[in-house]
Amino acid sequence: MTHAGPGSQSTVVDEVDAATRSFDVVVVGAGPAGSAAALEVARAGCSVALVERGPFPGSKNVYGGVVYGRVLDELVPNWWEQMPVQRWVTRRATMVMTPTQALTLDFRSADWGRPPYNGATAHRADLDSWLAELAVAEGAVLVPSTVVTGLLRDHSGTVVGVRTDRPDGYLTAGVVIACDGVNSFLAKEAGMHRAEEHLTLGVKQTLKLSREAIEERFGVSGTDGVDFEILGCTRGIPGGGFLYTNLDSVSIGVVLGLDGLSKAGIRPEELIADLKRHPAIAPLVRDGVEIEYSAHLIPEGGYRSMPELAGDGILVAGDAAAMCLAAGIWLEGVNFALGAGMYAGRAAAGAVRAGDTSRRGLAGYRAMLEKSFVLADHRRLRDIPGLVLSERVQHRYPGLVCDLVQGLFQVDNPRPKPGLGTLLRSSAKANGVRLRQLARDAWTGMRGLR
Amino acid sequence: MTERRYAEAAFDDVMSTVEFRVGSRPHITVDTDVCRSCTTKACVHACPANLFVPTDEGGILFNYEQCFECGTCYQVCAAEGAITWTYPDGGHGVVFRRG
Repeated sequence: MTHAGPGSQSTVVDEVDAATRSFDVVVVGAGPAGSAAALEVARAGCSVALVERGPFPGSKNVYGGVVYGRVLDELVPNWWEQMPVQRWVTRRATMVMTPTQALTLDFRSADWGRPPYNGATAHRADLDSWLAELAVAEGAVLVPSTVVTGLLRDHSGTVVGVRTDRPDGYLTAGVVIACDGVNSFLAKEAGMHRAEEHLTLGVKQTLKLSREAIEERFGVSGTDGVDFEILGCTRGIPGGGFLYTNLDSVSIGVVLGLDGLSKAGIRPEELIADLKRHPAIAPLVRDGVEIEYSAHLIPEGGYRSMPELAGDGILVAGDAAAMCLAAGIWLEGVNFALGAGMYAGRAAAGAVRAGDTSRRGLAGYRAMLEKSFVLADHRRLRDIPGLVLSERVQHRYPGLVCDLVQGLFQVDNPRPKPGLGTLLRSSAKANGVRLRQLARDAWTGMRGLR
Repeated sequence: MTERRYAEAAFDDVMSTVEFRVGSRPHITVDTDVCRSCTTKACVHACPANLFVPTDEGGILFNYEQCFECGTCYQVCAAEGAITWTYPDGGHGVVFRRG
């Protein structure tokens, strides 16, 4: 018996015709991409199985801050009335820190606390289960506690289904939609993956705090919530930190580039401990009791690390297609998974109806992604992940920025105030930054965000 | 009291907050003979569940039971074939409630 892993191999089977196949479409992975895909396939009147390796959807999934639900407008009218939300994010802060300093850009909007809302915090066990239920309500067959261990391919190499770890576990299909997450052994097995990867490891602790304590410390009320994104808290390992509020707990964690983490010889939980002790963070999380610890890989490479998205009989969506957007001020993933899954489901159903599930028959998927935010945002911001994960942005700029602001506000009488140019030069020098390099990175950043 | 407040819970206590439905099959195995010739042993620091323990003989002791199934170890493993990595069988392994 084979298992799902980096070495998984396809099983060659005879051709499967539309009349005898198990399902029109098999979706692998009941995360946001998979459930959105299954929902759209079922709505189009095709039969669809949604296979999940965990005991329930979301049981293997972790995220790091905010779910932006706007794309759900296309799938569920007034979704905000049903979605299992912890808090609506009405306060969004970006913090740059050194071990002793912190500069925060802190924004609030009351608009985000009322319909049609913007972003929310959620527990993935609740959110992903709800999304899968939507697909099931439309006729999708959810198959939990079942691992897809490889692809079924006919003699020409076309994907015609999946092998599972159930007895007699072959599921044949016209289209397989691989939403099997960041490790996506299916995309790799199908030969669609690119070598270039920018994987980061996210680790997170959830700390119990009373609603009253959260309201007082974070300055919110009701179900309004806060999300902090933090740069400069990872001892120079490329990555960052986050802190966000649930209803009666807060989640705090760090995201670490795998290469940097391997070389640094620092354990991930030490960096969470650092963050919890930081003078800007400690008062917010004080007395919080650990109620869960979790970890997950994140595909942060963006556009440049995406695999091929369509092959003969197969589509790839969500983290499996490296669709997390980690572009500095924007950190999004669930929304991209939902959007890509939705379009994959539509393209798969269209191909099944047209009787052509070849790569050409499935080409509508990429076309829909190109026209939507999914590939438009990723393509436009393709140079930003590399910049954000660069040594200077990670290691030197947080100190430069904090020193500059400290110099601006520190009163050194009887010495007169220094000019901004002097401050910039001295802060740059103290942090080992050449101004020419700073200007070049600023230009790359401006051009990348343009 | 202040010190107690800020004290970090022991790592074992933090791990004990996580639900695992441990399967009978070790879904990850480590060939410790290969590890002996590895100078970096990146897995020891990178594994978020701290499951890779160096032994006095220069090898690695590994237990699959509290694995997050994240994939970090096989990604950082520099030694060819030291880690055989698969997902646990369906329904087994880690269960996140607040992921």
